[in-house]
Amino acid sequence: MKKSVLLGALTVAGLAAGAAAAGTIDDVKARGKLNCGVTTGLVGFAAPDSNGEWKGFDVALCRAVAAAVLGDGNAVEFVPTTGKTRFTALASGEVDMLARNTTWTFSRDVDLKFEFVGVNYYDGQGFMVPKALGVSSAKELDGATVCIQTGTTTELNLADFFRANNISYEPVPIETNAEAQQQYLAGACDVYTTDASGLAATRATFEAPGDHVLLPEIISKEPLGPLVRHGDNEWADVVRWTLNALISAEEYGITSANIDEMTAGTNNPEINRILGTEGTLGEMLGLDNQWAMRAIKVGGNYGEVFAQNIGESTPIGLARGLNAQWTEGGLLYSPPFR
Amino acid sequence: MTTLTDPPKEQFRLSMLLYDTRYRSATIQVIAMIGFMLLAAWLISNTAQNLAALGKPIDFGFFSEPASYDINQRLLDYSSRDTHLRAALIGLLNTLVVAVLGCITATVLGVIIGVLRLSNNWIVARLMTIYVEGFRNVPVLLWIVFIMAILIETLPAPKAFRGDNATASMMLGDSVAVTNRGVYIPEPLFSNSLGNIHVFGESGLRFDISLDLLAILVVLGAGLWVSSYLRKRADRIQEQTGDRPVTWWQRLAVVVLPTGLVLVLLGFHLGYPELKGFNFQGGTHLRNSLIALWLALSLYTAAFIAEIVRAGIMAISKGQTEAASALGLRSNKIMSLVILPQALRVIIPPLISNYLNLTKNSSLAIAVGYMDITGTLGGITMNQTGRELETILLLMLVYLTISLSISAVMNWYNESVKLKER
Repeated sequence: MKKSVLLGALTVAGLAAGAAAAGTIDDVKARGKLNCGVTTGLVGFAAPDSNGEWKGFDVALCRAVAAAVLGDGNAVEFVPTTGKTRFTALASGEVDMLARNTTWTFSRDVDLKFEFVGVNYYDGQGFMVPKALGVSSAKELDGATVCIQTGTTTELNLADFFRANNISYEPVPIETNAEAQQQYLAGACDVYTTDASGLAATRATFEAPGDHVLLPEIISKEPLGPLVRHGDNEWADVVRWTLNALISAEEYGITSANIDEMTAGTNNPEINRILGTEGTLGEMLGLDNQWAMRAIKVGGNYGEVFAQNIGESTPIGLARGLNAQWTEGGLLYSPPFR
Repeated sequence: MTTLTDPPKEQFRLSMLLYDTRYRSATIQVIAMIGFMLLAAWLISNTAQNLAALGKPIDFGFFSEPASYDINQRLLDYSSRDTHLRAALIGLLNTLVVAVLGCITATVLGVIIGVLRLSNNWIVARLMTIYVEGFRNVPVLLWIVFIMAILIETLPAPKAFRGDNATASMMLGDSVAVTNRGVYIPEPLFSNSLGNIHVFGESGLRFDISLDLLAILVVLGAGLWVSSYLRKRADRIQEQTGDRPVTWWQRLAVVVLPTGLVLVLLGFHLGYPELKGFNFQGGTHLRNSLIALWLALSLYTAAFIAEIVRAGIMAISKGQTEAASALGLRSNKIMSLVILPQALRVIIPPLISNYLNLTKNSSLAIAVGYMDITGTLGGITMNQTGRELETILLLMLVYLTISLSISAVMNWYNESVKLKER
């Protein structure tokens, strides 16, 4: 019995490791579908809508990559992953890329052998409390019960924050955002902590969002971005430059409305290079020259994706803040297409 | 005259390995064994090679690195600066706690329900049937989540205990608080504590032994020993003279008085939970994750144990009951003195596998955020270090060890209740 269990585990590990070594871009093309790891449901970032169709900020990136590689933004198989299962899913080859509010850290990049291809949302960890609690700062949370998603960087930041401020807390570890919401609303925990964007998204789904406040402290840097497996540089390049294309498109004013017009040709060589009317950037990536055009067309440029899913006009209502273009005082800065 | 000739010396030929029935089975077994070992070797080398290609060779070095995460329920001291090894140990103890609590509760419940299901009272027997069928036919994960949801949604939050118009109040003379974060009960405290013995220095396996507890256990054990001596003496006198001296008050006194005296000397008192800040402070906090897991596992396993107990009782022939009642025993005496001791022989072996099941099912703990070893070593540690294969192999080894230990203990018990054939 012992031996057969051991063998089973080894077989799984062996197969998984074997699958991970192949060229992802060819796999995706052969399969005709992109397997994209997303959250199990965080409205605004990745959640199925009432028709069962996945919608959100991270979902849009999956669709853009699918459009660039396969020519169809719907050729995506969304694989819901929890904070705990996401890395195994990516490492084993179950998903081709992960677009799942994942913080870029040294150990994930270097030790876990993943390749973060960029940052699509600059975030930080925040705290949400009911207004009735009368708390105005995270430093007043001594002795509080804190709901936290397990297997995340927020878990580690939380331990560090309370330790550094020499105050105590009672962690309540939770698997998914939905469970955290249930416990928080029932008063089983005083505080819910995760990335500030996630808190805003969660609060937007409450019956009375006004009864809950986000505390002013942002206790960490959380650069969230898409990631792929280490060692497959061609595939990493495709995902990286698809993200950059969306960011550059906003910078140069390419929108889903005027993209057809611009594809006819403009006076700006950079726009022409992005849209494939000049140069052979697409071929260098192993795609065709219209790859970026298709990626932008499927959901619009970065600014449009942001506004549609999590921007100020949506219930989630996030300001651009750090996520504005560098020309407007933000941190978004795509390397040139040249 | 006869000449003795040696029987022709049979020469061993290679083909005999296959055609001679004396060797054939050995040949087949050796070939099968070689094939099995080749397969195992291939799997292991394949895994090692692929892991090396991924740049992740097997390495247990992560165990000595700081875990960096906090654990809410910890039986030993632990902080986020401790190592992953320490975190795994804390998780292991949490697994053992819920397994032991679960096994005890499930056994008590299971025996009662199993006996009641055989009751002549129609309503009682039917109710027990409903219980058994309801619990054993729904996955235990659903029961865990369901009980947790009930605890969270129906019990009052700590803030309901606060203020002049509090909607909830503490029970049993303000000593127990039942909240949706768990149950707070009084804790034993000692004002003249003897302190602790620190074992294993600063290593990941360090722990403290409470001298208070040790002192109480020693005195209690001594009292029980003297008490059993008194009982044997009474037995002896009864055998010799036919009169049994009245010893119950002596036996009670030798246990209770010294233990009470030690408790008084140590300054024993109870620490009551009190609402301070966000939560109740002081007292012992039974988290609702523990309660939900414990209850669900016990109720679920109790349904199986009830069936085992029922089967065991029904395996004892009716003649035994009739013979016992012919001797004038009352029905509860028949059950406890005649039927159950014999039924144990049938009950114990399947009971072992139910204990094992309960222990292994406790790995569903993460569903309610209970930090057992699957949650610490197989959960957060695996996630933060990315050492899937190492942690999972270790985890399997841990469960295997726990299960084999339970089996060993229960098999030893089984030997002792087995029918003694002389």
